Amino acid sequence: MRSLAELKKNERGIIKGFNDDSLSVKLIEMGCLPGTEVSVDLIAPFGDPIAIGVSGYCLSLRKNEAACIMIED
Amino acid sequence: MTKANRIKIALVGNPNSGKTTLFNLLTGLNQKTGNFPGVTVDKKSGFSKLPDGSTAEIIDLPGTYSIYPKTLDEQIVQDILLDPAHPQYPDKVIVVTDASNLKRNLLLFTQIRDLGIPLVLVLNMMDVAQLKKLNIDLRGLSIDLGVKIIPTNSHSGDGIAALKEALSQPLVKSKRPFYDIYDLAPKTIDVIKTEFDLTENYRAYQYAQQSVRLNFLTEDEKERIAKIKDENGFYDVPTQSQETLGRYQLISDIVDRNVKNSRDPLHKSVSQKIDRVVTHPVFGYLIFFTVLMLIFQAIFAWAEGPMNLIEGSIAEFSGWVKDILPEGIISDLITDGVLAGLAGVLVFIPQIAILFAFIALLEESGYMSRAVFLMDKLMRKVGLNGKSVVPLISGMACAIPAIMATRNIDSWKDRLITIFVTPFMSCSARLPVYAILIGLVVPEQQVLGVFNLQGLVLQALYLLGFLAAIGSAYIMKLILKSTQKSYFIMELPGYKIPSWKNIGLTIYDKSKTFVLEAGKIIIAISIVLWVLASYGFNENFRNAEENVRQNIGANASQEEYEVALSSYKLEYSVAGSFGKIIEPAIRPLGYDWKIGIALITSFAAREVFVGTMSTIYSIGASDDDEITIRERLREEKNPETGEPMYSPAVAFSLMVFYAFAMQCMSTLAIVYRETKGWKWPIIQTIYMTAVAYISALITYNIFS
Repeated sequence: MRSLAELKKNERGIIKGFNDDSLSVKLIEMGCLPGTEVSVDLIAPFGDPIAIGVSGYCLSLRKNEAACIMIED
Repeated sequence: MTKANRIKIALVGNPNSGKTTLFNLLTGLNQKTGNFPGVTVDKKSGFSKLPDGSTAEIIDLPGTYSIYPKTLDEQIVQDILLDPAHPQYPDKVIVVTDASNLKRNLLLFTQIRDLGIPLVLVLNMMDVAQLKKLNIDLRGLSIDLGVKIIPTNSHSGDGIAALKEALSQPLVKSKRPFYDIYDLAPKTIDVIKTEFDLTENYRAYQYAQQSVRLNFLTEDEKERIAKIKDENGFYDVPTQSQETLGRYQLISDIVDRNVKNSRDPLHKSVSQKIDRVVTHPVFGYLIFFTVLMLIFQAIFAWAEGPMNLIEGSIAEFSGWVKDILPEGIISDLITDGVLAGLAGVLVFIPQIAILFAFIALLEESGYMSRAVFLMDKLMRKVGLNGKSVVPLISGMACAIPAIMATRNIDSWKDRLITIFVTPFMSCSARLPVYAILIGLVVPEQQVLGVFNLQGLVLQALYLLGFLAAIGSAYIMKLILKSTQKSYFIMELPGYKIPSWKNIGLTIYDKSKTFVLEAGKIIIAISIVLWVLASYGFNENFRNAEENVRQNIGANASQEEYEVALSSYKLEYSVAGSFGKIIEPAIRPLGYDWKIGIALITSFAAREVFVGTMSTIYSIGASDDDEITIRERLREEKNPETGEPMYSPAVAFSLMVFYAFAMQCMSTLAIVYRETKGWKWPIIQTIYMTAVAYISALITYNIFS
């Protein structure tokens, strides 16, 4: 299973779950819900942070935060 | 209507929902900024006349994504809404949402709705929703959410009248909660409800979830809640996840039913297209630095005219006052003390207004968050955080709001480092000092046809401050240890055409604060200084007339005598003695005792330097009225060499000193408040003064 951090630019995926409890609460609040489609929209110069399209808006987060979002293959 | 029965209305909403624009539309110029009691969060409130003739107090609460706070600013929302005894507890709440991004925006709405406060839901930014081709069934949405909905467009002002109308009517409190929390923790909720005499399940549940953070509960009460949770097996994090997921499920169903998207899902929005360019590895940084460059150029180029006008008018007015008032102490006090100090304040309004206009523009347009995104990785290398970009850039306006803006950084270590280094950023109070000294020693000419040389030197000084900030952050990173993780999860809002009204209000508000707050200090110090510089208690001062007569000889004209007398008096006055005391310490930097006086007084605030210089030189000079401070400094001669006192070496040494020194009592006070102790402000002052002294010493020796 891949994490969101491994997705390439413009790649899409469906959120399956999280591997970090305290971070997951924040991510869920921001609309990263299991079963929702995400797309990697932007990757900052030097590869970090990234910006994803989720629940109809653009959310930026760091690579290590994205690594806790698991993606359905 | 008396103050007591005026209703209180709180504006609540996600960041970037256009909440502040709406607040400005509701209150106009009728607003004030204060502090919430006990905390340092800015409280913005204002008054709005409702159609029924009553006046409502509108309180603009900090933007937040949910009732669970992640930053100190967000905490205030919960403090107020969960505590009915809070002086700011609202009678009604306006929940503002971004209609183009309803799903995420509605989470906060459902939480506040379940607290049982009468509320109205505003779907703001309807124009953006239309652009996104979203078809919203307002009636259906209103029925499903069980709330009155007002669609608005805060850009055009559409819907504001309807909102005011709705506010003047009684709002019904919904009987059933939107999402019933009860099943998640029935026993905990029941016990807390009885113990604390609460009616809403959700309030009781919030007590359980957030007891440690709720400031209005006593330690004893917090312990009781902890015990209740323990006995009934209540776990915060998993329950909160379940709650949020449950709410989103209901919201998703409702939004999917009532909002139809008629656009091709692969369509790239304008914001996305702009983002590709703005976050590009090459163009991104190029744009970022061009924007900063433009700001500095504008500060110098655009402010020149209005500044000359203000300076000239005050000098003229001062001359006129001298003419109509009888010669004597009163006339001197008003012109050399008060008016000279006042000129030092008013003249910087144009530059401060331009700077704040740009910062507001960056925030409003949505570019600021891209700068954060772009800089995060680089900033982390030196121990900062992408979110430090906002305080650092605001630090160019003023360190005080900038340090308050660090509350958005959730990691304590990152936040402390940002607070520590922000005062190195060249704030608007340094601008007067730079402006006057640059004007003195840097010729006004074009470089490469487009750049103004004075603007470039100014830019170099800002760069110097920035480098000092970065360097110091790096050192701090190596010294401080922390295990706390820092978060970066942040919305990149869609680009917006800035609201000129918002920017205008920001400029007005900031300039007013500057004139009133800084002006008070500057004028007070100018008067005190005038007294200290006009009187003395030693032998020399008392025998000034005789001593000067002897010194200059019998051949001197009356005018020469008067000039010599006033500068002799200044030298032996109380202020002169202070300057002389510190002179040995600052001599290596190229400063004399007159600059010494300015260094002492400007410890209160940097811009006092200019006021002090004006006062000192108006007293020291003959009564040759309408001459501006710049001309006076240019004419000042070094008594030992006969060369101009303000040589490039002295001027640059002074500029470098002011670039680094912590010459601001208000910054000290705010650092004390934000770090909750004297440890950091003291370390910071010693560190900054040391850096300033050494750098000024090096600069003086290079240029002389």
